[in-house]
Amino acid sequence: MQGGAAVELIALSKVYGRTVAVDRIDLKIPAGSYCCLLGPSGCGKTSTLRMIAGHEDVSSGDLLIGDAVVNEVPPARRGTAMMFQSYALFPHLDCVDNVAFSLKMKGMPAAERRERARAMLERVHMDAYAARLPAQLSGGQQQRVALARALITEPSVLLLDEPLSALDPFLRDRMREELKRLQTDLGITFIHVTHSQSEAMALADLVVVMNEGRIEQAAAPRDLYNTPRTAFVARFLGGHNVLDLGADGTVAVRADRIALGAADTPPPDADMHRTGTVRSFEYHGASVQISIDLADAADITVVLDESRYFATPFAVGDRVCAGWRHADVHPLRA
Amino acid sequence: MSVTATSTVRPAARPAAADRAAAVRRLGRVVPYLQAAPLTLVLLVFLLVPILTIVVVSFWDYDSIRIYPDFVLTNYQELLGSPVTWKIYLNTLKFTALAWLFTLLIGFTVAYFLAFHVQSLTWQMALFLLCTIPFWTSNIIRMIAWIPFLGRNGLLNQALVGAGVVEQPLEFLLFSDFAVVLAYVHLYTLFMVVPIFNAMMRIDRALIEAARDAGANGRQILWNVILPLCKPGIAIGSIFVITLVMGDFITVRLMSGGQSASVGLVIANEISLLQYPAAAANAVVLLLVVTLMVAALLRIVDIRKEL
Repeated sequence: MQGGAAVELIALSKVYGRTVAVDRIDLKIPAGSYCCLLGPSGCGKTSTLRMIAGHEDVSSGDLLIGDAVVNEVPPARRGTAMMFQSYALFPHLDCVDNVAFSLKMKGMPAAERRERARAMLERVHMDAYAARLPAQLSGGQQQRVALARALITEPSVLLLDEPLSALDPFLRDRMREELKRLQTDLGITFIHVTHSQSEAMALADLVVVMNEGRIEQAAAPRDLYNTPRTAFVARFLGGHNVLDLGADGTVAVRADRIALGAADTPPPDADMHRTGTVRSFEYHGASVQISIDLADAADITVVLDESRYFATPFAVGDRVCAGWRHADVHPLRA
Repeated sequence: MSVTATSTVRPAARPAAADRAAAVRRLGRVVPYLQAAPLTLVLLVFLLVPILTIVVVSFWDYDSIRIYPDFVLTNYQELLGSPVTWKIYLNTLKFTALAWLFTLLIGFTVAYFLAFHVQSLTWQMALFLLCTIPFWTSNIIRMIAWIPFLGRNGLLNQALVGAGVVEQPLEFLLFSDFAVVLAYVHLYTLFMVVPIFNAMMRIDRALIEAARDAGANGRQILWNVILPLCKPGIAIGSIFVITLVMGDFITVRLMSGGQSASVGLVIANEISLLQYPAAAANAVVLLLVVTLMVAALLRIVDIRKEL
């Protein structure tokens, strides 16, 4: 395989009639990185991916893959390959012929292309199912075949449209690991569209959070989680409390950086605190999540280490004091 | 090897509840048959009995006045021994092949246009309904409508002579094999369009994109993706056209002006001469031939997923 290519979007827009799906976004995805486009449905992430793939025309702006502007280049000549959300396997072809499809289009003789398709199926551990039709495969198996079909074109950029959303949770975690390993092995650029923040955080080198056709923030997962730029990013990632401090603007405080004490005893090292009532309690195994009803503001969520919590537990309805340090307050842009 | 037998002690009198449960189970076995009964009855009375009657009558004897219940093979011997029969079957097969070819080409093209080039569903439905307009009148009227157009002094010939394209009016336009095939294509193309359109509408558009992503051009997509996925639709349309054309007699009679014959026409003539046993024998042979053709088609294409 030929290694990855960088992808650059310059003021890229997609307009459908009067709806702006993607609104002049700028983004630079380094070669060989794993990039996740993250956002709620309708945020423009899929339109962006489809423009990169060449299945959607660019309304305005430029799209670069490697050093070349590819706005007008047909999909197959961009060095990209797409894995579709529903996998889009050809129902009338067995696994080998599905994988060999692009080679057949290039005019490669049957024996040679089937040989190479079989080798690719082996790579995704599907060689045992080579003669099956897609309808005879499970969702996870179909996905592997779709992956093999995309990879056989030796792309420098692999585009994945919600690849894990159709799988059950157990399989999803396993495929997630495999995708990451595959990307590391191949060294090509992966652009992966998802609405799951945990998926994006687990996989990506670069997470691009999108909302209403714009990029809210593009950063490495750790930077994103520790310094969300906007309230949208903080809320969408979860694990953050977005607090309106009036004149001081809006800030984010991580739920796991808040300590709890009884109503009259603020936690020892807290610089700031609020008093409220415990509204709900969830046990998550390693941690517990408590939601506190503040009379004058939105609820805040506190995540506590489970053993520390059970040393001094609270019941729903108890008055408690939630406190945090100044250093953990992260200001947000409006 | 040892066998342990366990015996269960049954209560002497079964409770009433168990009896009721057994009755319900027995009824449960009967219900599916009851549900299938009405349709079975309809098929029996309106399909199986008439066909059996035809088979029975095909072995009867007849003269120019009446028919005699009997068991003779003369009807079949005369039918299969006559070179005329073979010529007429060949002619009917020729019409069928031509009608099938042209309805397939035109039907596939129309369905392709409707399914892939017309983007809005409203327009798709509007154009689709437009295709059905000819069906608002009867077959015969649609055929007769060709006569003033194709005749020796018809509109087409007048236009061609008037425009100087030809010097003499074209004779082959009407009362010819050309006219027969033309009428078939006109009458039956929709039977091809509908199932193929249906098959095309079921093709996931992501497959077309996936093919393009893999570097396929328009023609390759048509040949490698759309055509294979339309096969069941093509098979269903082909069954319609083949059975309709194989059994037709009125189109051949009207459009060939009596210069051509089909199996259906021969049967019709035999009936008008009251030679019912001969007509029945002919019908049985035709039924067998058409059944074999459909069976052959179904062997090639699996239409189950389209039903």
